[in-house]
Amino acid sequence: MGRTLAEKVWDDHVVRRAEGEPDLLFIDLHLLHEVTSPQAFDGLRQAGRPVRRLDLTIATEDHNTPTLDIDKPIADPVSRAQLETLRKNCADFGVRLHPLGDVEQGVVHVVGPQLGLTQPGTTVVCGDSHTSTHGAFGALAFGIGTSQVEHVLATQTLPMARPRTMAITVEGELPDSVTAKDLILAIIARIGTGGGQGYILEYRGSAIEKLSMEARMTICNMSIEAGARAGMIAPDRTTFDYLRGRDHAPQGEDWDAAVAYWETLRTDDDAVFDAEVLIDAAELAPFVTWGTNPGQGAPLSASVPDPASYEDASERFAAEKALEYMGLTAGQPLREIGVDTVFVGSCTNGRIEDLRNAASVLEGRKVADGVRMLVVPGSVRVALQAVEEGLDKVFTAAGAEWRHAGCSMCLGMNPDQLAPGERSASTSNRNFEGRQGKGGRTHLVSPQVAAATAVLGHLASPADLSDTRTPAGVR
Amino acid sequence: MEAFTAHTGRAVPLRRSNVDTDQIIPAHWLKKVTRDGFEDGLFEAWRKDENFVLNRPERSGATVLVAGPDFGTGSSREHAVWALQNFGFKAVISSRFADIFRGNSLKNGLLTVVLDQEVVDRLWELTEADPTAEVTVDLEKRQVLAAGVTADFELDENARWRLLNGLDDISLTLQNEADIAAYEAARPSFKPQTIQA
Repeated sequence: MGRTLAEKVWDDHVVRRAEGEPDLLFIDLHLLHEVTSPQAFDGLRQAGRPVRRLDLTIATEDHNTPTLDIDKPIADPVSRAQLETLRKNCADFGVRLHPLGDVEQGVVHVVGPQLGLTQPGTTVVCGDSHTSTHGAFGALAFGIGTSQVEHVLATQTLPMARPRTMAITVEGELPDSVTAKDLILAIIARIGTGGGQGYILEYRGSAIEKLSMEARMTICNMSIEAGARAGMIAPDRTTFDYLRGRDHAPQGEDWDAAVAYWETLRTDDDAVFDAEVLIDAAELAPFVTWGTNPGQGAPLSASVPDPASYEDASERFAAEKALEYMGLTAGQPLREIGVDTVFVGSCTNGRIEDLRNAASVLEGRKVADGVRMLVVPGSVRVALQAVEEGLDKVFTAAGAEWRHAGCSMCLGMNPDQLAPGERSASTSNRNFEGRQGKGGRTHLVSPQVAAATAVLGHLASPADLSDTRTPAGVR
Repeated sequence: MEAFTAHTGRAVPLRRSNVDTDQIIPAHWLKKVTRDGFEDGLFEAWRKDENFVLNRPERSGATVLVAGPDFGTGSSREHAVWALQNFGFKAVISSRFADIFRGNSLKNGLLTVVLDQEVVDRLWELTEADPTAEVTVDLEKRQVLAAGVTADFELDENARWRLLNGLDDISLTLQNEADIAAYEAARPSFKPQTIQA
């Protein structure tokens, strides 16, 4: 019987397989950041163990880093201490680090792909659940806890029970107004936050094949929000073209050998998935969340659902709690929900295409009075590219704040936070209670919806903006 | 890791689904660089409400958390497990756990037990009606016991063996050094490297 993409990559990394034991998998790339690594390095020190493969390990600073005044000492002493701990650990053990101020610094899941380190058929881990992002390249990539970070540092392997596989097939044409973010939000709403639990998802079908690498990363990034261990997309010409010429992409004969291998990384026609979900791309529309988990979403044209409409008692209770926390009432049209803050950035939507998409909506328009809009590039490289294209000017001319790279308001570990009761439209990945700041309320949206929402001050799509652009020549 | 064989204690019924790790331990606590001192951050936002179940005096000293489905979703932060343990929890029962949280819990000796929602409902009813009711989680027998409740649970034999013996995963893996070295020697040259080794 044929094998799925996930099974092929898995099988190629089995170091040891024994009856009654989890497989021992080799890890090709280990990404580190300041938040989930300190206790792992401490563990190595206590046991007197070195980092086994420094050449497969790389670190950056992202979760705590400020997005203003990055040339000054970090104001929060606890954040500063955590960054200093990472610097000391990397220096002591010899790990390559891109700290704040370095041209390769940025959100760890933006940095890996742009350096060309994330490659098809590799295993990628990081102490961060959004490691699933790297699956867009046909890599098997998953988030791990700190004990596993220590395990990989010490052994370059992980014992793992083999997950099941689920195909998410998206056929047809996505309507013009529908982005990868809308698609993944719709998928999570359909299968639920636990729907992918125990599975590696493979996104496939004609609508997926047409997506750019950046859009594919947005999709795979949020696999974890459906509860999945990982999400993958088979590598193809789009993947190879993205990788060619990047710093760490294979060169010369190695490139040819790599492509020959990468081309084998497709699910065989006779392979069988443990579960399958079929989505009709043409039926999708811009999608936003109304609740406090990423599965509580609906098309922008819909209204806040009535909790009483849920048959499942636990879902009904969750919806009641969510509406209470979000300060919403059943039946309220989603388009009428006003926001205080718009955040464009994160490992979900902080890459150059995302910034281009937001800027294309904002160009010639203004952020509504009383709305604060933060644009936080996913990495320094993304920021430099945006500046080269003049996108920063588009954002600042519209009244948005152009910031330095990092995780920023996605999780508010740095000063970029919502105040209690404040409401945001955010291109990030989690609308959990307090995620963006204590008492903050989050609606997850695409970059285009974020920009349109900033202009109108309420949840909106670019189609709602027909007459808000300042005509050429008028200031 | 501390070995886990069986534990008996009073329970905290938490009637919430999708308890994400941001609720279990908010992000600002993640700046700490130790594995301890997280107890005050556990469910920090919800504990501001004096009626929140964890704040009730009759729940003081309870060691078994009985939660709704999809417990531990979201962030991979192991701090969520440390916070539960620092607070005093020995076991968590739910009908479904997020994968990463479950993995983290079993690596730290916090036993996460999957039971049918119908059994969880009975445990909720029992422990809400009688806060002194004790719940036993027996890993040797793979069984949860409480007044009127006897429920078997599954846990793969390998994970169970490691928990019962409090074994260190890294030491176990390093026993396979020859296999790891052989795999490394056979890796293709086109695989990416972060630095020239």
